Amino acid sequence: MTGPSRGYWIGFFIVVGLLAASPIVLPEFWQRFTTEILIWGLFAMSSDLLIGYTGMVSFGHSAFFGLGMYGAAAALLMVKPPNLWLAMLVGLVAAAVIAAFVAFFSTRLRDIYFSITTLVFSQIFYVIIFTWTEVTGGENGLTFRQPQFGIPGLFTTPFTRNGLHWFVLGVVVASYLVLRRITQSPFGTVLQSIRENEPRTRAIGYHVEKYKIVSVMLSGCFAGLAGVLYAIQNKFAAPDFVLFLISGEAVIFNVMGGIGTLVGPVAGAAFFLLMKEVFSRVFYEYYLIPVGVIFTLMVIFVPQGLLGTWKRVLNR
Amino acid sequence: MIPFDQVLVQIVNGLVNGMILALVASGLTLIFGIMDIVNFAHGDLFMLGAYVGTTGYIITGNFWLALAGSVLTMALLGAVLQSTALRPLLGRDPLTTILATFGLSLVIQNYALWQYGPVPRKILEPVKGHFQLFYIEYPWYRLVIALMSAAIIGGLYLFMKYGKYGIWIRATTQDRTMAEAMGIPVPVVHTVVFAIGAAMAASAGVLFGPTVGINHAMGFDFTLRAFVVVVVGGMGNLGGSILAAIFISLLESLATIWVSPAQSVIVSFVALILTLLVRPTGLFVPTPK
Repeated sequence: MTGPSRGYWIGFFIVVGLLAASPIVLPEFWQRFTTEILIWGLFAMSSDLLIGYTGMVSFGHSAFFGLGMYGAAAALLMVKPPNLWLAMLVGLVAAAVIAAFVAFFSTRLRDIYFSITTLVFSQIFYVIIFTWTEVTGGENGLTFRQPQFGIPGLFTTPFTRNGLHWFVLGVVVASYLVLRRITQSPFGTVLQSIRENEPRTRAIGYHVEKYKIVSVMLSGCFAGLAGVLYAIQNKFAAPDFVLFLISGEAVIFNVMGGIGTLVGPVAGAAFFLLMKEVFSRVFYEYYLIPVGVIFTLMVIFVPQGLLGTWKRVLNR
Repeated sequence: MIPFDQVLVQIVNGLVNGMILALVASGLTLIFGIMDIVNFAHGDLFMLGAYVGTTGYIITGNFWLALAGSVLTMALLGAVLQSTALRPLLGRDPLTTILATFGLSLVIQNYALWQYGPVPRKILEPVKGHFQLFYIEYPWYRLVIALMSAAIIGGLYLFMKYGKYGIWIRATTQDRTMAEAMGIPVPVVHTVVFAIGAAMAASAGVLFGPTVGINHAMGFDFTLRAFVVVVVGGMGNLGGSILAAIFISLLESLATIWVSPAQSVIVSFVALILTLLVRPTGLFVPTPK
């Protein structure tokens, strides 16, 4: 296997550099918008690990995102003073535990049955969160104060708008590199062989179920991390984010951007959010009508997505 | 100790809801059985059918005319959707069809929100009056729903068994290529099946309309429940779906004796997960050889 070309790394640093510079250049609204793209991009990448690499379409990713959110909320509300790193840790652990639970049942099933099971699990968590008002705040969700950024023992400082953007950028880029490393590792190669031919992978002697469970858990962890970031940015956790629509958006991001590329889903998220922004100005709250039409057309005519053509380059 | 009459009332409720759900789910399972399409927009066809029913009711002032109008409109819409959005996907991975129909579901849902607004609408029930069922006044109309649903499902059964298109549909389900070789116009059969599924969803929507406020978000709930039913009953198995619909609705109704209706959904979800683990081919079908 050859390493990534120099062109790939040049492109990588240009994009990261542009994203890092964006809060200084862009007006406030678009700056916040870019931060959101990064967070949803991370969420989309996490789901790409399942859809694009293991070949399992999860329709229940909102559960992991939501659990990350509520885990962070719990840590921020219960521990004084609120601690950023603790919130991330608790959010990740919450998402991982739930992902392990979901994975245990859902990975025994394939194709649409896997999709339906994950969907059903996310709906179960939605109902629990929505109705268990004493703990989760029910319909109103939970609000909390933004934690301060800091390195333990050295310094703490409140998040500025730019600081938050750079923090999110750092987490997302690090996650991207980790996910990329995972997909290129021997483990990731086994996942891709499960996607290509499951019976044969089993015949070679790999314990397919174990690999699937770990891939769902990894995917759930990164989705949870996105949830934590979203919670920190917006200072609330709400049941709406466990609802099915969020899982659906993850799938839309992937299909629009191009599955199996990791970067594609981020581009898909950017494309989706941009369309949402543009169409909201024309169609107001009905922006999903044109977006839905475009999405359906893309499924039919551009199944490889926006960046699908560069799949080879991006995965080297 | 739970009072016996409470259990009986919930059983009646479960049967009525089960018949509506069976009507929705049999369309879904028919579409899956013949085209391998997992129709994510099925609940939204149900919802839009109910809304079209309200429009028909305003125009004609007659519930049954509104029902017929909605069924015809939705059958037409189903045929158009199938031939434009789903025909190109034939032969691709069933997952692609989930994605495409998910896109359609977004469009239909938001179209309904745009056209009919966020305030729930209601159709007046055509049969008024109540009868005494233990401690409550039970509306006659709910029994009419169950009977109408049973009649429509029975009609579908007869059509599938004796109608020319019914036989074509069954032949295409069994072997698409062979059916085509025998001169059956398979693409037309596909369109007709989707239209029938949409029409059945619409009829369920209009019948169900008077018992609740119709809103644009109620479709998803039915999509999910119909999925549960179709998987528990065995994908593509019509009889199994009907039994499963009644079984699931009975479970949910009985669960409301102890928990709130919102939480009772979990019971059917758990039933689904257990089914998938223990008997992935479905509870109400013979063991495949």
